Amino acid sequence: MASTVQTAGAGAAQKYYRRFDRVDRVMHSLLMITFIGCALTGLPPLFSHQEWAVKMARLLGGFSGAALIHRVCAAVMITVFLLHVVRVFARAFATTGLKPMLWGPHSMVPQPQDAYDIWNHFKWFLGKGPRPQFDRWTYWEKFDYWAVFWGMFIIGGSGLMLWFPTAFSVVLPGWIFNVATVIHGEEALLAVGFIFTIHFFNGHLRPEKFPMDLVIFTGRIPEHELKEERPNEYRRLVEQGRLAATETTAPTPWTKVYGRVVGGAAVIAGTLTVVMIVYSVVH
Amino acid sequence: MNIRITIGAAALALGLGAPGAWGAKPAAVPAKPDAHAAALAASQKCMDCHAEAEPEDKSAAGKPVKVDVQAFAKTMHGNGKAACVDCHDAEGFRKYPHKEVKPPQCASCHEKAVKAYAETIHGQARAHGNGVAATCANCHGTHDIKPTSDDDSMVSRGRIEATCGACHGDTKLAKDGKVPGGNVVAKYHDSIHGRLLHGDTKAKDRVPVCTDCHGTHDMRPKKDPESAVNRANIPETCGTCHGKVKKIWAGGQHGKMRAANVLTAPGCTDCHGTHTIADPKTPEWQVGVIKECGGCHTEYIKTYRDTYHGQVTDLGYTRVATCASCHGSHEILPKDNPFSKVSSQRILSTCQQCHPKANANFVKFQPHANKHRKESGLVLYYTALFMQVLLAGVFAFFGLHTVLWLYRSLAERKAQRGRAAGEGEKH
Repeated sequence: MASTVQTAGAGAAQKYYRRFDRVDRVMHSLLMITFIGCALTGLPPLFSHQEWAVKMARLLGGFSGAALIHRVCAAVMITVFLLHVVRVFARAFATTGLKPMLWGPHSMVPQPQDAYDIWNHFKWFLGKGPRPQFDRWTYWEKFDYWAVFWGMFIIGGSGLMLWFPTAFSVVLPGWIFNVATVIHGEEALLAVGFIFTIHFFNGHLRPEKFPMDLVIFTGRIPEHELKEERPNEYRRLVEQGRLAATETTAPTPWTKVYGRVVGGAAVIAGTLTVVMIVYSVVH
Repeated sequence: MNIRITIGAAALALGLGAPGAWGAKPAAVPAKPDAHAAALAASQKCMDCHAEAEPEDKSAAGKPVKVDVQAFAKTMHGNGKAACVDCHDAEGFRKYPHKEVKPPQCASCHEKAVKAYAETIHGQARAHGNGVAATCANCHGTHDIKPTSDDDSMVSRGRIEATCGACHGDTKLAKDGKVPGGNVVAKYHDSIHGRLLHGDTKAKDRVPVCTDCHGTHDMRPKKDPESAVNRANIPETCGTCHGKVKKIWAGGQHGKMRAANVLTAPGCTDCHGTHTIADPKTPEWQVGVIKECGGCHTEYIKTYRDTYHGQVTDLGYTRVATCASCHGSHEILPKDNPFSKVSSQRILSTCQQCHPKANANFVKFQPHANKHRKESGLVLYYTALFMQVLLAGVFAFFGLHTVLWLYRSLAERKAQRGRAAGEGEKH
C-alpha cells in the first residue's frame, strides 16, 4: 500500500481509461464551435434593442456576414447531429445489437436508477446521505445529451422554417413562422443559458473539476477519477475483466493544449454571453 | 426722380421675392431734390474722415468707423443713391464733433419692410428684449448692402446659409441667446438640401435655402398660423417644390386626416425631419424613420420588433422589410381600403416584392402578432406560454441543483482539508 502511494506521489505511470473515441471528440468540438457560432450571431437580433447587440452584429460582419456564419454553423451542427445518430444505430446493428443502446449502463436512455440518483444526489447536497455511486453516464449527462436532441429538432426545425419560409409555406400556413420565431428565440435562450451555466458547472467549473475537465478533448479519464466519480463503472469493468482492455495511453500533449485553449475560449465566450443576456434581461 | 426709382428698386430687392407688400412706394425720400443733393454733397465731407484707415472719430460705442468708399459706391445705397445722413439721420450726425448719435434708421425709407420685420420672429424677439435677434443689418449688412440677385449679397442664395449661420450656425451663441433649435445651420448643411446646394448638380439652383421655407420679412414664429413653417402649412411649403409627393400624401391616410383637421397626423417633417432632412435612400434614414412611425403606432412597433424584420432593422440593416416596405410611405392607406398595400387584395404582391415565391399560405404570416394575446392565434399563444414554463422550470431545477452542489462540494473540500490537517497533527 505504501509503495502505491509513493509511486503516485512520484508522478509515475498514471493509468488512463478510454471514455470517448476520436470521432466523439471531434464531434463534440464541432458541436461546441458551431453552437458558439450560432449563439454569438443569433443573440444580436434577439436583443436588437441593446447597444452591445448593434456593435456585435457589426463585428460579426453585419447582416449578411452574421447570417452566413449562423447558417453555416447551423448546417454543420445538423450534419454532426445526423452523423452521430447514424453512428449510434450503425454501431448497434453492426456489433452490439440494439439492446445495449436502449437499456443498461451503456445506454443514454433514462432509467429508474437515474431517478434514484437524482434523489440521492439531492440528499447528499443537503448532507443527509452518502454521495451516489454513478456509472458510465450520470443523469445530468443524459439530460445534456437529450437536451441536444430536443434542441436540434426544435431549434433546427424552426430555424429551417425561418431560413426557407417560401418552401415551408407550400404546405404550412404563414402564421407558423410567428410560432417558429418564438420557439427559435426562446429555445435558443434556454440552450445558451443552460450550456453556458449549468453544463459548464456540471462538466468543468465545479470544485472537483475546476477549471476544466479535459476528458472530452483527450478522450481519457485518469484512474483515480474513474474510481471516484464513476465507481459503478469501474467495478463493472473489473468484474467483467474488461479493465485492462479499456486502459489506454496517457493523453497526448497536443490534445491537452487544444482542450485548454479551445475549451477555455469556449468558457470565456459562453460566460460573456451569459453576462450580456443577464444584463439585457435585467436592464 | 432717378433716386426715387432706385430706392424703389432697392426696397424691391430687399423684399426678396415678396415685393408687392412694400416695394411699390419709396418711403421717405427727402421731398426736395435740392436738399438731397446738398445732403449728398455733405456725404463727401463725412468721407473726409471716415474713409481713413484710422479716423480719429469713434462711433457711439467708441469704435472708429471706417467706410471703404470704393466698395460702398458699388452697393445699392452707394454712388449717390443715398446720402450718409439718409440712414444716419440723427441730429447728432449733422454736426461735428458728433453728439447724441443713434443707430441708423432703415425705416425712414423702408417703412413697410421694417413694419413687416416687427411681425417676424426676429422682430418679436427683439421686442421682448432678446438682444441677439437679427435686425436689418445682421442680414443685409451695413455699408455693403447689395441686391439679392448679386452673388456678393449677404442674402443671395449662395450666402444666405452663412448669413443665417452667423447666429443659427453658432452653437455657443445659439445656446447663450436661447436661439430656438440650436445650431440648425450645421444640420441644414449636412441635409440633402444643403448638400445639393453645395454640390455640382443642376439641383443646386433649385434646392431650398433658409428663406425659401422660412420666408424673409414674413418669417413668422412657427406657432403663428400664418407662418410658412407652421405645422398646418408645412405640406404646402414643401409642396412648393415637391408637388407630386404632396398630392400622393394628400390622398393617403395621413393626408386625409390632415384635411379633416387632425393636426397630429404626420406631415412631411414628422418623418423627414426639418433641418436634418436626409436622403431617404440611405439605410440610416430608412432604419431611423421606423422609430418615427413607432412614435404614434406604439403597439405596432413593439410587435414588429418581435419579428425578424424588426430585429434586423433595429440592428441597422435594411435588407429586410421596414414599415414602408409593406405599408408604403406617402400613399399609406388602412388595411380595409382595397388600394392599401396591405389589403387582402394586394398583400400577396406586397410580400412578393421580397419573397418572389410567396403564396397564399405565406401571407398568413402575421407581421404584428402579439404572442401574449390569444387573438394573435392560439398556437402562438400557448407555444409562447409553454416556452416560458419550460425555461422557468429548467432553470429553476438546475439552478437549485447547481447552487446546492456547489455548497456541498465546498463543504466536503473544507472537511477533507480539516481531516488532513488533523492527521498531520497526530503524526
